[in-house]
Amino acid sequence: MSLLAIDWLLILEKLGLIAIIITISLVVAMYETYAERKVAAFMQDRIGPNRAGPFGLLQPLADGVKLFFKEEVIPSHSNKVLFVLGPSLAMLTAMMTCAVIPWSSPVEIGGRVIPLQIADVNIGILYIFAVVAMGVYGMMIGAWASNNKFSLLSGLRGASQVISYELALGLSIIALLMLTGSLSLKTIVEQQMADGWNIIYQPLGFLIFLICAFAECNRAPFDLSEAENELNMGYHQEYSSMKLGFYLFSEYINMFISSAIIATLFFGGYDIPFLDESTLSPNVAAILGVVALMLKICFFIFLFMWVRWTLPRFRYDQLMNLGWKKLIPLALINMVVTALVILFISQK
Amino acid sequence: MQALTNKSKPVDRRPMTFMESLYLPEIVKGMAITISHFFKKKATISYPEQQRPFSRVFRGLHVLNRDEEGRENCTACGLCALACPAEAITMEAAERKIGEENLYREEKYAARYEINMLRCIFCGLCEEACPKDAIYLSETIAPPNFNRKEFIYKKDDLLIPNPVTDPEGFAKARGERDNKNYKK
Repeated sequence: MSLLAIDWLLILEKLGLIAIIITISLVVAMYETYAERKVAAFMQDRIGPNRAGPFGLLQPLADGVKLFFKEEVIPSHSNKVLFVLGPSLAMLTAMMTCAVIPWSSPVEIGGRVIPLQIADVNIGILYIFAVVAMGVYGMMIGAWASNNKFSLLSGLRGASQVISYELALGLSIIALLMLTGSLSLKTIVEQQMADGWNIIYQPLGFLIFLICAFAECNRAPFDLSEAENELNMGYHQEYSSMKLGFYLFSEYINMFISSAIIATLFFGGYDIPFLDESTLSPNVAAILGVVALMLKICFFIFLFMWVRWTLPRFRYDQLMNLGWKKLIPLALINMVVTALVILFISQK
Repeated sequence: MQALTNKSKPVDRRPMTFMESLYLPEIVKGMAITISHFFKKKATISYPEQQRPFSRVFRGLHVLNRDEEGRENCTACGLCALACPAEAITMEAAERKIGEENLYREEKYAARYEINMLRCIFCGLCEEACPKDAIYLSETIAPPNFNRKEFIYKKDDLLIPNPVTDPEGFAKARGERDNKNYKK
């Protein structure tokens, strides 16, 4: 019987954690839309939304309500099942990635140690890759099901872009993995707490990862599949109401998760620089860790926006040239050099 | 061909130098520019709370003027209607009766005076044409409306408040006009 005994507390704890993390990602995504508009406005010498609530802070709510009340249109020539599946898949994959991110060191409640990570799987990074790669299906299916030439073009562009940049992304991660020797994100963070952040050892790897993350998120300057002025919003075109909302939301959640992953892999995750966490009581350390991680994430989200409002979009051939002829060779070189250095050090 | 202005800038089609083809230094430069704008003073004017002063010669809604005793200046001579290039002004004259001397300054007055604000181009020629200083263009912009009918301003809409009974309203409608002395 003991084999079948279920640890109900564990299930409760994980369910609670899932609920909290999903809520947080949704709220963060909501306020990312607000932040994006504000950042865009400030960089263009404007003020941005400031009417709904103090400083326009209720603007995301107003936008959400507006999206909910919009007419829901499903084009008569579209494939109805796939048309609904597209945005759902985009949202699902965006939410799934946050499962393996360690948000902070464990907290202790009533003698029970609760890790602030939904699943500490030993294939953490591979899991993220798998789910992110699936994310493009949401876009492709939506684009295909719309039965519209602009959407189809955008789906093609999106798919080829994500596939091209995933190679360089993977190669830059391999160099990092040789350094850490583990795929578990928690282990990677703990190593960084002990030996210093990975950005010191892998600056080139970080740069490649960052550029590929921009491409994976379909953010400017790699927003070819959205391309407002040439493809009329691309795969969004036939969508209305909350289905459009799901697409837009999933983009912002992806941005949040990408920032979290960049912070975790290269910037020490929930590590607070120049502070020995073991001297603090575990709960305080956990709370400070969450704050530290959130600050890092906020910085990267700001970087995403900063780049978007600075750079124009790449042309398609420029995109492919950059991906295949520059990033992949660079990532390969980075990988080989890292391997050689590690070999050299271990033989001494 | 010679350019008409010196404003046109030829497109630079030189191939990228090595540093440029690396993208990153140029991107960093661009990002430095955008972040410097982030902290700059904003050009926005939050409209209803904050209003930009109009130019001294701004031509807004028409006002039918009264003299100091509150009598209407207009004698319905029709010069404004004649001067109007958009044919926006319609009027009907009437003779002043005995006992109406405190209402109208001269023996003839406008019984009906209408300006169609949809036709009006706010050129100010009516103001120029008026020999009695009876019509002038104020500093108010024409408010929007849902109906075309509401854009035809009647005499009641156009007349300035009576300076005898409502001196504040009169002063407000006159605006900066009396202090600035830009008429003649």
